[in-house]
Order: sequence, then structure tokens, then C-alpha cells
Amino acid sequence: MSEHQAAGDETTLHYTLHVNGSDRDVAEAWLGESLLYVLRERLGLPGTKNACDQGECGSCTVLADGLPVCSCMMLAAAAVGRDIVTVEGLGDDGALTDVQQAFVDHGAVQCGFCTPGLIVAADHLLACNPAPTDLEIREAISGNLCRCTGYGRVLAAIAGVAQARSSAG
Amino acid sequence: MSVRVAESLEEVCNLLAANPSASLLAGGTDFMVEVNYSQRRPTSVIAIDRVPELTGWRRHNGAVEMGAALTYSEMEHPLFAAYVPALAQAARTVGSPQIRNAGTLGGNLATASPAGDTLPPLAALDARITVCSVRGTRQLGLDELIVGPKQNTLAPDEVIRSVTVPVIDGPQEFLKVGTRNAMVISVATVALVLDRDRRNVRVALGSVSPVPVRATEAEEWIAGVVDWGSPEAPPDDVLGRFGELVAAVSSPIDDHRSTADYRRHAVAVMARRALARVLS
Repeated sequence: MSEHQAAGDETTLHYTLHVNGSDRDVAEAWLGESLLYVLRERLGLPGTKNACDQGECGSCTVLADGLPVCSCMMLAAAAVGRDIVTVEGLGDDGALTDVQQAFVDHGAVQCGFCTPGLIVAADHLLACNPAPTDLEIREAISGNLCRCTGYGRVLAAIAGVAQARSSAG
Repeated sequence: MSVRVAESLEEVCNLLAANPSASLLAGGTDFMVEVNYSQRRPTSVIAIDRVPELTGWRRHNGAVEMGAALTYSEMEHPLFAAYVPALAQAARTVGSPQIRNAGTLGGNLATASPAGDTLPPLAALDARITVCSVRGTRQLGLDELIVGPKQNTLAPDEVIRSVTVPVIDGPQEFLKVGTRNAMVISVATVALVLDRDRRNVRVALGSVSPVPVRATEAEEWIAGVVDWGSPEAPPDDVLGRFGELVAAVSSPIDDHRSTADYRRHAVAVMARRALARVLS
């Protein structure tokens, strides 16, 4: 058996995930646990939020091998060998990224529940497309539901980061 | 209890032969909903999303061959869209960027939902689906693979390997009605392919029948109306008749997403619009 497998007995699994640059051991896990569940409940990473558990809301968005995905739709034991980055892994040593700071500055945070997913989606968009149009920003966050802040300030925050980065050269 | 991340197609076939009740896991976007909501309690899983033979797509002999683990995001790529525009358009309407980075073509086929968005383009393109097991390889048409809502004809030890569609000279359209542009399960869809070489128009519908359906009478009628020497935008009466003939093959139901009457109306409108676009 290769290292990219989850080993187990009749009732539990034991495997290693690569999260935010570190190998993290997951032991005595049930086979059906989602990556979202394992991140929050086993690895102490509660930044990734759990709302719908069916891929509808985007609050559990993480990067898997560099692409935004819903961690609730990923079987944790099948994510071995993938490079997982959560919202906790975006900044250096707990400092806010410019995207996070822009959300604060624009008041793009109210209850905050959708925020980590939006931050991960926005971070990925700006990494791939430094000068997104309004429609490109809207499409990039179309899988992230917000029910209280409203999207206006979120759009302004993301556009603001693009502008600031381009001015900074 | 086991989860195996398969590393080759041969390994997948061997694992399935040894344990045909194992669950195949590709993008997880259908599978995990069932697991998270306790509708499914898997005890053995074979993850196939990183099997080299199932990933990516390639062009050869006037056709495009797509691996079963090709994601919707990969189908949106401009290089892919240049060869199979209807499929690229359909892929872009699926879920959200997060879902499109995970969900796969093979998963859409195996799940066999009447609302599967890649299915109408595949039906209109006369796609051939290759499935394999330790017993060998066979090729199926879409109507041989999907025979009812969420019913496929795969044997328990078989896996979908690839899907092949021809590269066609002519424009293609995919139109979809839903409540918004993202995160929508289709209310009704139309895929339309104009084939200049064979001088025909091919139309398939989704979400308006138990399985994707081709509008063959509409196809035959419009092929005789179009001036293939110099195709031009059809007059309103032709578009209207085409829409009626297309809608006539639908057999929609009332459900929580829409009424049957609205679905029938919507496919007629979308068929007219798609025809007008490809002939303008």
C-alpha cells in the first residue's frame, strides 16, 4: 500500500493530511467524515465554517491543490496527498492579509459566518486574475452565500485590493 | 473499512472486481451530500479523481476524448471550448466555481440525474462512452448508459473510463433556465449543434423528461428548411414551428422547481433562441 492511502481496521481509519504546510495525523476517524468535519473537529481549525453541508453556501471553502473547493464535499480520507490551505493558512503568523484587511476596512463583515469562505475565494481570484472586472468578481464569489452583510461591500473590498495592489506595482 | 486513492485504471478495475460493492468517488459533489445527510453509509471507497487514465482530455482523429474525471472547470477552458462549445457552456452553468473544481463528467453520467447539465450536449453530439472492468471494455451511447432517472446500466464492477465526441464544423449552443445564474439545478435545458458538413441540426433537452431526449422530428424538419448553401437567420414562423416541434418531445413533470407547463414553454423559447443564434 502506498503512502497515499488511509489505513484502517473494521471500524476506523488512520491517515495523514497536508494542511497549511504541515502533515497532520488523523486517527480513529470514521470513513465518511468530510474534510470540513476533520478540519474543525479533529485538527482544531475552526476558521472554515459549516452551514449547509451540501455544497450550496461556500462557507467551508478551502484550497485543494490551489483550487477553491467546498471542504464539505470532499471526503477527508480521500484528500490524502493533496495540499490543503484553509483561511488560517493564508496569512503569515496570524497577520491579516491585504484581502482580510480590506474586508475590515470596507465593513464587508457583519455576522462573519460567510467571511472565511469569501476570503479564500477572493484570495484565489486575485492570485489568478490581478485585475478582475466586476462580473469576474461576481462569478468568483457566486458560490459564497451571504445573508446579512450584503454583497456591495464585499465587491468593493475585493475591487479595492486589486486597485491597491496595482498602484503598489 | 477502507478508502483507497487509486493510482491507475488497472488498480480501480482490480479493486472493483474484488469488491463490487465498493463506492466509486470522483468529485464527491453528489456522494458527499448523501453521506453528510446520512442517506449513505459507505464502508469501502475507491477514489478515482487522481487516476492518470481518467484525467484530462485529448484530441485525435477529428474527435475529443475526455477522461471520466475531467472536471467542469477543465471543460470551461477556452482550448476545450473551441472544440466542444456546447459542453463548455453547459459546464460553466454548473453550481459554483467550488463545485466546478470538484465535479466531474463521469460523475454527471453515473449519477444520471434528469437535470445533469452535460447530458443534453452529449446527447446532441452522439457521444460514445467507454466503460471498463477486468472483464474488458465496452462502448455505449448515452441512451444505453442512462435508462431512467438516476438509473445507469453500469455493472457493479464497471467504471466509466472516457467519453468521446466528434469535433463538428459549426456553432453550438447550450441554454438553461434556473432561478439564478449560479448554484442552480436546471429547470429546463436545451443543447443545439449545427453540423455544416452533414447539413443537420441536432437538438437535445434536459430536465424535461426522465432521461435526456433528442428532438428528432424537429431536427429532420429544420434540416430541410435551412438553405445550407448560404444559411441565414430564419423568419419568425420557422423559429416558432421549430420551437413547437422541440417542445413536443418533452414530457416534463410538476415538481418543487417548476411546473410542467412552464418547462414545456421554456424549452420552446430556448430552442427558438438557440436556432436563431447558430444561424445568425
